[in-house]
Amino acid sequence: MDPIEFRLPHTIHRPAASAKHGPVTRTTQPIVTGTSVVAFKYKDGIMMAADCLASYGSLARFRNEKRLMAVGETTLLGVSGDMSDFQHLQHTLEGLLTQEYDMDDGQKLGTKSVYKCISNIMYNRRSKTDPLWNSYVIGGIDNGQKFLGFVDLYGTTYQSTTISTGFGGHLAQPILRRRVEGREDEITEEEAVQILEECMRVLFYRDARSLNKLRRAKVTAQGVEVSEPYALETNWDFAESIVGYGS
Amino acid sequence: MLSSITQAPVEAHSHNRWEPYVDNGGTSLAIAGADFVIIAADTRQSDGYSINTRYDPKAFELSNKTVIATTGYAADAKRLVEVMEQKAQSYFHKHERVMSTPAMAQLLSNTLYYKRFFPYYVFPILAGLDSQGKGAVFTYDPVGNMERTVYVACGSASALVQPFLDNQVGFANQRAADPNRLLDRETARKIAIDAFTGATERDIYTGDWLEIFTIDQTGVHREKRELKRD
Amino acid sequence: MAPLTEPSAGFKFDNVKRNQLLGDKGYKLPTATKTGTTIVGLIFKDGLILGADTRATAGPIVADKNCEKIHYLAPNMYCCGAGTAADTEFTTNMISSQLALHSLNTGREVRVVAAMTMLKQYLYKYHGHVGAALVLGGYDVTGPHLFTIYPHGSTDKLPYVTMGSGSLAAMSVFESRWRPGMSREEGIEVVKDAIEAGIFNDLGSGSNVDVCVITKGNAEYLRNYSTPNERVQKEQSYRFTPGTTEFYAPRVARQAQEPAEMDTSA
Repeated sequence: MDPIEFRLPHTIHRPAASAKHGPVTRTTQPIVTGTSVVAFKYKDGIMMAADCLASYGSLARFRNEKRLMAVGETTLLGVSGDMSDFQHLQHTLEGLLTQEYDMDDGQKLGTKSVYKCISNIMYNRRSKTDPLWNSYVIGGIDNGQKFLGFVDLYGTTYQSTTISTGFGGHLAQPILRRRVEGREDEITEEEAVQILEECMRVLFYRDARSLNKLRRAKVTAQGVEVSEPYALETNWDFAESIVGYGS
Repeated sequence: MLSSITQAPVEAHSHNRWEPYVDNGGTSLAIAGADFVIIAADTRQSDGYSINTRYDPKAFELSNKTVIATTGYAADAKRLVEVMEQKAQSYFHKHERVMSTPAMAQLLSNTLYYKRFFPYYVFPILAGLDSQGKGAVFTYDPVGNMERTVYVACGSASALVQPFLDNQVGFANQRAADPNRLLDRETARKIAIDAFTGATERDIYTGDWLEIFTIDQTGVHREKRELKRD
Repeated sequence: MAPLTEPSAGFKFDNVKRNQLLGDKGYKLPTATKTGTTIVGLIFKDGLILGADTRATAGPIVADKNCEKIHYLAPNMYCCGAGTAADTEFTTNMISSQLALHSLNTGREVRVVAAMTMLKQYLYKYHGHVGAALVLGGYDVTGPHLFTIYPHGSTDKLPYVTMGSGSLAAMSVFESRWRPGMSREEGIEVVKDAIEAGIFNDLGSGSNVDVCVITKGNAEYLRNYSTPNERVQKEQSYRFTPGTTEFYAPRVARQAQEPAEMDTSA
């Protein structure tokens, strides 16, 4: 029988394909990507936001993507990076939740457990040098305690009162640190929304891979709530006065 | 004349493999005394020029007489500490006895060498009391080479802190000083603090918070202090 | 007989090839001190304000904890520099003296566009190898002007600008707080907060905030306007007792009044 010739897309790296074991494929670069996730603690729990864009390089390819999701009843997951790797993880998490449900033991999967699970998946994949090309933000309320954690494709983890991924780490994090740090137990929902929108507006102004269509989400004692997509008010008045780049 | 115009060379990417390591910075040190040992680390976790978090502890109690401090790649460091905690627990349940610091030190060396060809990119130091109750400091390289010392500095500011400790704890280049003299507890603590405020001044990856563990007969005592945040 | 030389056109990259060869053979070129930096500028009601942090770095090490990154160009003009420390220093110095000569020649106060054009043409000539990233601000007969100049020679003219490794941190402050027609006090406050955003969030930036307010006929250099990073007191003194340092042979310095004999035989 003739060997089957097949071509992989140019983006898939195939080191030394062997007839016996088949080709080795791994993500060597992200393809369809989501940009920043912004999250922080406030009085009633966790606030998080992400826009609805999934880019294909510099093409704004999918403009109604959901990058915030609930995991169980008290956990919120935000994602940036490769969307197909995210959908793979989503599949794994659905399996985990089904297993937990089938146990039928009245136990609920807590935020810290979800965090540990995702962190282990990420670290194990990096240890196979076959990473899931994402940064994840996991927020929730675990045993009455607010929780906010981060994990990326290197398996690097940390917890903090304010977390932003990707470009947000450079543009939103300074705003969040100034306005939230040390005040996480006094910020009302109203102020939290205002802070969040300030960050998302700045990101829309300066991140070329962003979109002015976003979702907001929160976790409180009442559970997870993800909003429908909406747009922010922007102001381009200053542009009127800009003429040229020199004299 | 086209022949004299040469093309600027383009960097050749023969093989673009993904690097599975990152450096998250941070500094740690340990100083042994006659009946105590001090081990300290800052808590900044960074990635490039960004601060991930100002408080990510890198020193952990493995038992009520041994503390480990880690610097380097945070994900590997956390996994290494987890593995060590599990092994310490399992030893405790098997033998109904807390593992001694020298035993824990050898175990850490073995654990590191086990991953010789895909190392934990971590620079650990282990501190505790030995069987005679003396302060003990063990230092390692990422693949498990172990050495017992009196004092050591590790991590991003180690090149700044180690010479300071050589002079102040090892009495190097001090005429008429006894190089084997051990410091008292309060002096050792002061030197540890000054080492970190100094490192924070000059090393961009060190800062935010300092955690100091003092280990003696009565157990492990933790102290948290502020460092500069810039 | 073939002609000895033909007139050459275009760029020659012989040195690039040579350097590549030297690099392949293991010769390491010396590295310059780069200043991880936050520098900013904004236009307010009566003029413009420049700001800078004061940390200079050499790799992971802080080389200078209180350096000056706002350089003097002319009485009505200052320039913040990021990038290779030597390049920002020498480029601004050179342009500064050219501006002084230009001003003397014309008998007028020199315009900001002139400085901007001289800087961009100089930087363009070196194709980015002169690593100076600048924020230029000044007030001339045509009003306040604020420019950014990149190492390759491109320029921007905008009402608020940031540069350096802390540029995004600083820009987050500007994008949420800058308004047209701000007062002097508001402007300084926003500039200070923008630089402090860089100082506390970008590891390449640190220490203090320098500010420079330029208005019609006046430039006010506020060195160390804000000092949010003062060092705490040391836990103990590290003064050594005299004679601690080891030496091999004791030698006493000659008395000062003793006349030194000069060898005049030759």
